[in-house]
Amino acid sequence: MAEREQKKRPTPRESQEQIDETPAVSEEGEKIKSELDDLLDEIDEVLETNAEDFVKSYIQKGGQ
Amino acid sequence: MAITKTIGVETEYGILIRGTDESNPIAASSLLINAYLNAERDGPAPSVGWDFEDESPGMDQRGFAPVGSMPPEVETHLVNAVLTNGARYYVDHAHPEISTPECTNAYDVVLFDRAAELIAIKSMVAADRVLPEEQNLVVYKNNSDGKGNSYGCHENYLVDRLTPFSNIIAHATAHFITRQIFTGSGKVGVEAPGLTSDDVPFQITQRADFFEEEVGLETTLKRPIINTRDEPHADAQKYRRLHVIVGDANMSQVSTYLKVGTTALILAMTEDNFLPRDFVFAAPVQAMREVSYDLTLSEPLPMADGTKMSALEVQWEFLEQSRKYVEERGTENVGGEVALDVLNRWEHVLGALEDDPMQLADQLDWVAKYSLLNSFRDRHSVAWDDARLRALDIQYADLRPHKCLFNKLNVETIVNDEDATKAMVSPPEDTRAYFRGECLKRWPEQIVAANWDSMVFDLGDEPLRRVPMMEPTRGTRAHVGTLLEECETAAELLEKLGN
Repeated sequence: MAEREQKKRPTPRESQEQIDETPAVSEEGEKIKSELDDLLDEIDEVLETNAEDFVKSYIQKGGQ
Repeated sequence: MAITKTIGVETEYGILIRGTDESNPIAASSLLINAYLNAERDGPAPSVGWDFEDESPGMDQRGFAPVGSMPPEVETHLVNAVLTNGARYYVDHAHPEISTPECTNAYDVVLFDRAAELIAIKSMVAADRVLPEEQNLVVYKNNSDGKGNSYGCHENYLVDRLTPFSNIIAHATAHFITRQIFTGSGKVGVEAPGLTSDDVPFQITQRADFFEEEVGLETTLKRPIINTRDEPHADAQKYRRLHVIVGDANMSQVSTYLKVGTTALILAMTEDNFLPRDFVFAAPVQAMREVSYDLTLSEPLPMADGTKMSALEVQWEFLEQSRKYVEERGTENVGGEVALDVLNRWEHVLGALEDDPMQLADQLDWVAKYSLLNSFRDRHSVAWDDARLRALDIQYADLRPHKCLFNKLNVETIVNDEDATKAMVSPPEDTRAYFRGECLKRWPEQIVAANWDSMVFDLGDEPLRRVPMMEPTRGTRAHVGTLLEECETAAELLEKLGN
């Protein structure tokens, strides 16, 4: 384990910046959450309507 | 000694005809490709047939064909075309398949792989015009139907014939097992025998379940981690083509970029005997799966020498050696400037994977897909065995732009669609694909067949003339650009070539 810790690279810059700017995170967090909600609305709209039948019908011949 | 890494990717796409119970995949694939060729006939993509003269997929890198092994058959009766961008578009094993032209760097591979997607999209639109109204044809860029049937996305790398194949086996196997942490496209469930989705609800790759051997000639049965097909499509005295069958088809351009960029580096280091040690896994086939099933990326794997290493640890060492290699030997054979960018992205991705893989939802396929599935599960409170999650998994790779779930996720891109649109009809400039593509653009009527290493011209009143192209890095714009400009006709070109 000690060896693994030693090899561990510095944490990528972005995540350290996020820690420094706590108040911005919640605003940013809200924005991400609302974007995610929009995305999920969109996914619900385009997702195959009868998922079970669709999954059953998705049969491929084996290839390489 | 390391030679310029000429690289190409061949993708077998999944295909469905919707709106009918009689979906014949071979007929559907032919229809898809013919619809595209017909739509383009008067435009920039004349339909020139593939030439099978030099195809021998049964040749083995080890110099023999093992008893009982099944070399793939070459099917000559199906649609098979060469495009003006130097690519090949054909039906293979009941799938439409596009092979990119030969490229010399990871950026170009991504560019022509994206061009291939755009060709598939255009083909779907063209096919729907000829199908009855209630039917439509859909192409998927994935590798499994979730029922045990897999189809491939193969990479090809030109390597020095003098490099002992055992060295390639050693280093490439270690890379193929461990690179999965950034090359995986993600999959709901598991298709390896004896496991259920209770054991593996989600895994990093589409393909790991389908590998059963360490080394072998097959590509459709008992698939090996190292495929030994010895068919260089180039001067066989000088070159091998390493045919890599373990990879996933990626929607994420970052995944494709790193997949080919890092592999080119590992192979160049192998040719130059640069790597100070081998990473020999105790059970490579098992290790492929264990890496794919471990979403925490923390489980160390048993090595042959009794120690244990994680996929990340092996990748960090490969990165460190690659940096050193490029500093000492330059980037000439591994993609030029692009190789430096590959190194930086590779480091960033390994760092983020080690810290928290979920940071890479805007970069890597498996993380983007896993993150989407988790958000969907939260919203609808569904368990992992819910059919909607499998549907999401398939639809992630649905190439119809309005249905493609990957498209909704704002994943970072490497190339832009304007350039990729040009690459649908124009070849790379720094390989023989340039000569192939440019000749097809200029003299489609006089070219009766083409393949990777030759073109056959028919000038009408004389026997057919074959122009060999055994050197993948000749026939570039620098070599033949002026020559092509100077020739009005194919006859003039052949005369100047002394053919």
